[in-house]
Amino acid sequence: MNQDQNFEVLSPEAVPETAARLKSEGYRMVQICAITMEGASELVYSFDKDQKLLNLKVTVPFGTPVKSITPSYWAAFVYENEIHDLFDVEFTDSELDYKGNFFRVSTKTPWKGPEAKGAE
Amino acid sequence: MGIMKMGGKLWSNLFHKPATLDYPAVPRDYPAASRGHLEFDPSDCILCNICGKKCPADAIHADKASRTVVIQRMQCIQCSYCADSCPKGCLSMTPGYTEPDPTKVVDTYTVPEKEKPAPKAGETA
Amino acid sequence: MGKRTIVPFGPQHPALPEPIHLDLELEDETVVRAVPSIGYVHRGLEKLVEQRDYQQMTYIMERVCGICSFGHGWGYVGAVEGLMKVEVPERAETLRLVFHELSRVHSHLLWLGLLADGMGFDSLFMQCWRIRERVLDIFESVTGGRVIVSFCRVGGVQCDVTPEQVAKIISVCDEIEDEIRKTGLVFINDTSVKNRLRGIGYISKEDAMELCAVGPTARGSGVNNDVRDFTPSYKALGFEPVLYDEGDCLARCRVRIDELMQSLDLIRNGLRNLPEGEWRVPVKGNPPEGEYAFRIEQPRGEAFYYVKGNGTKNLDRARVRTPTNINIPAMVRMLQGCSLQDVSMIVITIDPCISCTER
Repeated sequence: MNQDQNFEVLSPEAVPETAARLKSEGYRMVQICAITMEGASELVYSFDKDQKLLNLKVTVPFGTPVKSITPSYWAAFVYENEIHDLFDVEFTDSELDYKGNFFRVSTKTPWKGPEAKGAE
Repeated sequence: MGIMKMGGKLWSNLFHKPATLDYPAVPRDYPAASRGHLEFDPSDCILCNICGKKCPADAIHADKASRTVVIQRMQCIQCSYCADSCPKGCLSMTPGYTEPDPTKVVDTYTVPEKEKPAPKAGETA
Repeated sequence: MGKRTIVPFGPQHPALPEPIHLDLELEDETVVRAVPSIGYVHRGLEKLVEQRDYQQMTYIMERVCGICSFGHGWGYVGAVEGLMKVEVPERAETLRLVFHELSRVHSHLLWLGLLADGMGFDSLFMQCWRIRERVLDIFESVTGGRVIVSFCRVGGVQCDVTPEQVAKIISVCDEIEDEIRKTGLVFINDTSVKNRLRGIGYISKEDAMELCAVGPTARGSGVNNDVRDFTPSYKALGFEPVLYDEGDCLARCRVRIDELMQSLDLIRNGLRNLPEGEWRVPVKGNPPEGEYAFRIEQPRGEAFYYVKGNGTKNLDRARVRTPTNINIPAMVRMLQGCSLQDVSMIVITIDPCISCTER
């Protein structure tokens, strides 16, 4: 069962405008996912229209905030707060910011950092 | 109006025997395929530790030096990955669940010496 | 404006099988705002992908959640197969489809039971779970696991299904179909059930689209984003999405009851047209560098899987986006303006699976 793959690269500054444009074109937000890479986090924004998936890859250097897409897609607060709590990526201008209290985890930002990378 | 829509079913349930077993007086009959617990037969084991490398929960370990296979019963997740990948077929999943215990049960099996020892490092993952 | 009170709901609550916390802001008895927070069962299973190889991760992914276990197995395996460009035999694909629909039957019956239990209708709850037990028996006799089915493997399925087992599954489907129909009629026709569900937790079609709701939550409001509707293998078996327009709790309940009947049809169609041949192909080598996104329709809605490989046996990232995760915003919207005693009903009707959400 093969599914179409559609990955595009996007700059962090263009995220809110792109989200607003996709929203007006009738796209549904599917998910936001973060991946820790060397010195940066990669965010994958997935949108869907008529079951065609559009994945936008955004590379965000550590410590750089990204503008939230909650003004366009309010439901994104779930992912943005999750990514903030687990991966330490900061989202600005969020419409529902938990300020690190969405996930009740014992360690701060447990999924960030190179120490877990490739550890056997 | 729809009151007592369940009535017919409840009435018939009254006159049928219960759907549940009278456990433990009547023992549960497990199907043959049931993944209950891990069975280990030391006679063929070559202590290659493929099981230990494959186990996602680190519940089994074969040690060549002391000729032992240690199974952490409480850590085992009954996935049968070790049984599927054992080259000698010493491991198998058999029906019957591990019984609850206040302590963490660890089973240690000693693998007997063979007359002709298996060639060294014959099996690697 | 009345005085506002904040009432905590959960993580321990009789209506909740799993822990989620809601802060309910009340004005008299009416909920004005609900703020969810999670993290009580966060286990970090996705992070384990860096320490376990891609084959071992299949077993770990299946254990993300008990009810959606089969779906997680299929989703993860499908994503890895896409990344590794493995061609899965047709027989394995059909068997996966059949077992996925069986797991939908058991999940929806479990949910109907929980709904009945949530409104205090305990005999209905037991009736639903009694039917569900037949499905779990099928799982156990074929795959060896009652709940953690562990059927999918990278490259195919764990074991083949014999013709006797096929006949057995079809006959069980025939038997439970009648029981499910009768039990479903209780949900649809009984006055007390209707009073508890109708007109409660309303969400409009526009709101459901805006909040990106998925699964029966969206289909109860007339939004069709069923992944199965766009999957050729499902379409070949005659799949049609179940849609209701009312958008209330009763509509979501009716979607699930209709889906039960439809799943039974899909199972029987699939098993009658089961292709002969291989059911597993050997998979060699490590996942290559690259990424793959894969979606399936789980009982609770669309689930999204993303894997990223780096050429070694360990993947860089495996991401699961579960349906409950994205239904939380829709639930928050439904809760606005509802009465305090309806909160538990509304939370149940999105079918929350918190273990999935937090992984």
